[in-house]
Amino acid sequence: MSDHHITAGFLPLLDSAILVAAREKGFAAVEGVDLTLVRETSWASIRDRIAVGHFEVAHMLAPMPIAANLGLTPMRLNLIAPLALGLGGNAVTVSNALWQAMAEAGATGPDDPAAAGAALRKVIEGRREQGGDRLRLGVVHPHSGHNFELRYWLAACGIDPERDIDITIVPPPLTADAMAAGRIDGFCVGEPWNSVAVAAGHARIATVKAAIWRSSPEKVLGVRADWAEAHSDTLARLLRALYRAAAWCGEAENHEELAAILSGEAYLGQPAKLLLGALDGRLETGNGIHRFPDFFLPVEKAATFPWQSHALWFYSQMVRWGQVPHTEVNTEKARASFRPDIYRAALGPLGAALPSASMKVEGALTAPTPVGATSGRLTLGPDGFFDGAIFDPAKLGDYIVGQKPAGAVD
Amino acid sequence: MPSRSLSVLVIDENTVRAAIIEAGLREAGHEQVTVVHDVNGIAQRIAEIQPDVIVIDLENPNRDMLEAMFNLSRAVRRPIAMFVDQSDQSAIEAAVDAGVSAYVVDGLRQERVKPIVDMAISRFNAYSRLARELEEAKSALEGRKLVDRAKGILMRSKGISEEEAYTLLRRTAMNQNRKISEIAQSLILASGLLDE
Repeated sequence: MSDHHITAGFLPLLDSAILVAAREKGFAAVEGVDLTLVRETSWASIRDRIAVGHFEVAHMLAPMPIAANLGLTPMRLNLIAPLALGLGGNAVTVSNALWQAMAEAGATGPDDPAAAGAALRKVIEGRREQGGDRLRLGVVHPHSGHNFELRYWLAACGIDPERDIDITIVPPPLTADAMAAGRIDGFCVGEPWNSVAVAAGHARIATVKAAIWRSSPEKVLGVRADWAEAHSDTLARLLRALYRAAAWCGEAENHEELAAILSGEAYLGQPAKLLLGALDGRLETGNGIHRFPDFFLPVEKAATFPWQSHALWFYSQMVRWGQVPHTEVNTEKARASFRPDIYRAALGPLGAALPSASMKVEGALTAPTPVGATSGRLTLGPDGFFDGAIFDPAKLGDYIVGQKPAGAVD
Repeated sequence: MPSRSLSVLVIDENTVRAAIIEAGLREAGHEQVTVVHDVNGIAQRIAEIQPDVIVIDLENPNRDMLEAMFNLSRAVRRPIAMFVDQSDQSAIEAAVDAGVSAYVVDGLRQERVKPIVDMAISRFNAYSRLARELEEAKSALEGRKLVDRAKGILMRSKGISEEEAYTLLRRTAMNQNRKISEIAQSLILASGLLDE
């Protein structure tokens, strides 16, 4: 019988897969962890329930622990992210009407975010000239990869996310309905909710996270800092279980079984067929099935490693959009929110290939590249931003100064 | 200075629970209570109502949207999460346990807000208890219907009395350490299969 009880909260999203597989495929049990999963309805609920101790750990948006440690959440709460729950997994989906307008303005397809963004800019300018309403785009949370990658894409295409459009918060399971009801014109959300909207006939996938920033961070395992400190052995067991589960999720031959498990009512409650596409990186875009390289990576390319350069990139975007002032203290809080030290200590005994560095230059790799690892072989990249920009965490200050803040996009 | 009665906004998709909370607040002397079931257009409503306290079901999926809206609010009366200073950890726990989330306008004294939140918590708990009892009553009723049908099947097929049929069901349930309604259900299922 297990002495290590952990209750984890999660939202019904594809990237809860690693947590679900850890429980359902017995990886947690092998480590002596009795893992209970509780489905939640909002990130606010995840935060509140981890704060009062209903959950020890949870599926979280990667910027959430950073925001909590920076004091941006309504509850005082210190969180750490000792493991990432994969890379990628989101898409930007727009209504059929908006896609039609974008296509007429030169959007080619979901592989070319620059063309799609340029077309969107023309559509926005056209609406402004005709005195039309601003377009409304939904994201799931202010402190989310979705919000930051959507804004990054828009700003890089000359669209000011603060002035030219309205960004509104929509819970993931309600995105398709909100679009069907005409309350939003598009959204950036994790799978399967893009596929759900496309399958319902309302929408087209305009671009994907993996095209905006290849191999980019999305969800993490968020852990209450005080619990992690007091239960380091239990946490290490969980991290090993999650790493093994991630490896299982990463095998193409397991995708059908994984999709079937995730389709259960207690998990995503969506048809397995809709989930399988995202696992295989082959999505129905509304204009036929399209293959997206590295759409969602559960394990490959160090997908579970909590890169502190990822934490600092999110921080740079929080500064950019006015969520937090840039100071040395804040920088350090953001960086220390991600804990590669705990990851290495827990996974060392598995003989897993662990990155030697805790930070990397984001956007530097144009091809798969072998990198330094403690053991085994590790390949990273490509990891480029669609606009060719480079994020060097050693030059964070310059990056922050160089990025266009709200209202400054030309 | 006489304190003005606080304006309370209850957001709950569950109309029965919302009514129970509203009644409780009115009985406690709060006259300015508004109930909203649908969050569409909520920004407009909040601007109109100018609530001092907002009570919302913790499980409402739109809480992220509401919190983001409060954060962006340029109004002076900006709602923040209840007990943000965490001076009362047990109160937060009681609220989360009950499934209550509350937001209060910045600067409002905690002792003025607490009775409202406490009322919401106790009414949420009362509602959960009622819902559970109703569920139990419903399943008891369904169980009794199953047992009646199973008795009928036994009486017809074995030519025994109602009392004997019931005794047989009960003895089988005891021997197999299962509920009598489960045995009844298995029997009905098996009989259905045999009839086909």
